[in-house]
Amino acid sequence: MSALLEIRDLDVEVSGQPVLRGVSLKVEAGRVRGLVGESGAGKTMVGRTLLGIMPGNARITAGSVTFDRRDITRLDERERRPLLGKEIALIPQNPMTALNPVERIEPQITDVLRLHLHMSRAAASQRAVEVLRQVRLRDPRRVLRQYPHELSGGMRQRVLIAIAFACGPKLIIADEPTTALDVTVQRHILGLIKELQTKFGTAILFITHDLGVVSKICDDVSVIHSGRILESGVATDVFARPQHEYTRALFAATPRYDRPAELHKPISDDLTRRLWEEAYAYDAAPVRL
Amino acid sequence: MPLLSASKLSLSLPDRASQKLLGAATTVDILKDVDLDLEPGESVGIVGESGSGKTSLGRTLLRLYEPTGGRLMFDDRDIAHLHEDQLRPMRDKIQMIFQDPQSSLNPRHRIEDILAQPLLAFARVANRQEGRRAAAALLERVHLPLNFARRYPHELSGGQRQRVGIARALALEPKLIVADEILSGLDVSTQAQILVLLRELKAGSALIFISHDLSVVRVLCDRVLVMHRGTVVETGSCEEVFARPRHEYTKALLSAIPLPELDPGWIARGAALEELSSA
Repeated sequence: MSALLEIRDLDVEVSGQPVLRGVSLKVEAGRVRGLVGESGAGKTMVGRTLLGIMPGNARITAGSVTFDRRDITRLDERERRPLLGKEIALIPQNPMTALNPVERIEPQITDVLRLHLHMSRAAASQRAVEVLRQVRLRDPRRVLRQYPHELSGGMRQRVLIAIAFACGPKLIIADEPTTALDVTVQRHILGLIKELQTKFGTAILFITHDLGVVSKICDDVSVIHSGRILESGVATDVFARPQHEYTRALFAATPRYDRPAELHKPISDDLTRRLWEEAYAYDAAPVRL
Repeated sequence: MPLLSASKLSLSLPDRASQKLLGAATTVDILKDVDLDLEPGESVGIVGESGSGKTSLGRTLLRLYEPTGGRLMFDDRDIAHLHEDQLRPMRDKIQMIFQDPQSSLNPRHRIEDILAQPLLAFARVANRQEGRRAAAALLERVHLPLNFARRYPHELSGGQRQRVGIARALALEPKLIVADEILSGLDVSTQAQILVLLRELKAGSALIFISHDLSVVRVLCDRVLVMHRGTVVETGSCEEVFARPRHEYTKALLSAIPLPELDPGWIARGAALEELSSA
């Protein structure tokens, strides 16, 4: 069976500078794939390429992105519109800026329902209560009348999760959805995402810099650095036997409260330099067909 | 004798949110009876979630806030209610590293002038030339190339800017450095490098390291103070507290941290906790 999402040998440039180098990645239906990397690794660019919301000066120079057996790399705005929010949804990183601050919560949910599911105003309002109940927000009717600034960070992230799941998407791109939250709230939000993902059989591409978060929510893992996927595998394998030197270095550089300080090791400059040399070598290689 | 000693330190601020149009605001307790002793050269982590009072505690210890109760001894002197004029001569003994180096470094000053500023303010150097020489030495201590001296903050990466923030705090050789969430905006690899640098430098000064990240505190600090709703719920050596937490809140906080290892039951245990707390 082919994967729900398959990225093959994707090269992306921003202003002529390569940012993704031969990225290949699959997300199988109903599974969660973690995409782990540090800032500048290209993980957010992968997400933005999938959503077709790349910056204006970004260009796909090679490769393909197949979603549900369709090539979505070359869709124009009109063809993409019915896809986004309905079949591919986003849980963004910053719940502060992702909601419209001057609009109540209700229209921010019902707009999506009316556009994609062609619901009437009344039906959408009714459904909005249900989707908020689904993310376990207490008193959903009250939340619908509130403005984003009246909600806590965790509540706002629940609203965004509700919007992402509202139209029953096949794939959700979650870009660092818990990074801005306290750990106890993060734990609840991760639990909620996992619960809804299991219930609806949604596939998720979970973008994060945090190996800890990946280990708790992902079935499959890909590690990205300098715009290249260095390692991909089933989570149980990657965590038990990381294959790439960088993956092992990332584990050692992640502080752990349960281990003595001496076991914490930064990533060596030598390794970082070698990884970038490999990346530049990729750029210099003859044109790929 | 401790370098810093807080006993029953309290801070209440007017609660503007609940204030009626006419009439006095009620007060809200930010810190309640906080005790903390810090020996010279010791490093203590203050951890807690947002709203726990950890940043307010840091700011009160620095006397950026005046405590509303309790005693605050620094260097054998009660500084709890000193006037700003009386505090200023001793400001060189306590320095702060801020969370966001982007906004705490003057964007219109070159790095060398940013680093020379505290030295000039406390007349440790006679003139700008001497200040710039000292700045070069500081860049070296935080492992930044000397040619950064002429650059502006926006020309540096986040990790490099944070190194400048650290260098500035070191400039006056303070007895105490207070660092508030200085690693939170940084990557794992950048964070790891800064942690190594801090471990290397902390021998010189006592360090109060405020952080929501308990794992980072374990790497850097000797002792930890766990804050919850303005009070210290638990304190002890990092090794002890992280291996055998006694307080329920510390236990909950530690169990909420996703360690980078497989733990299939983790999500389900969290859901059970949530049921419990919302019941």
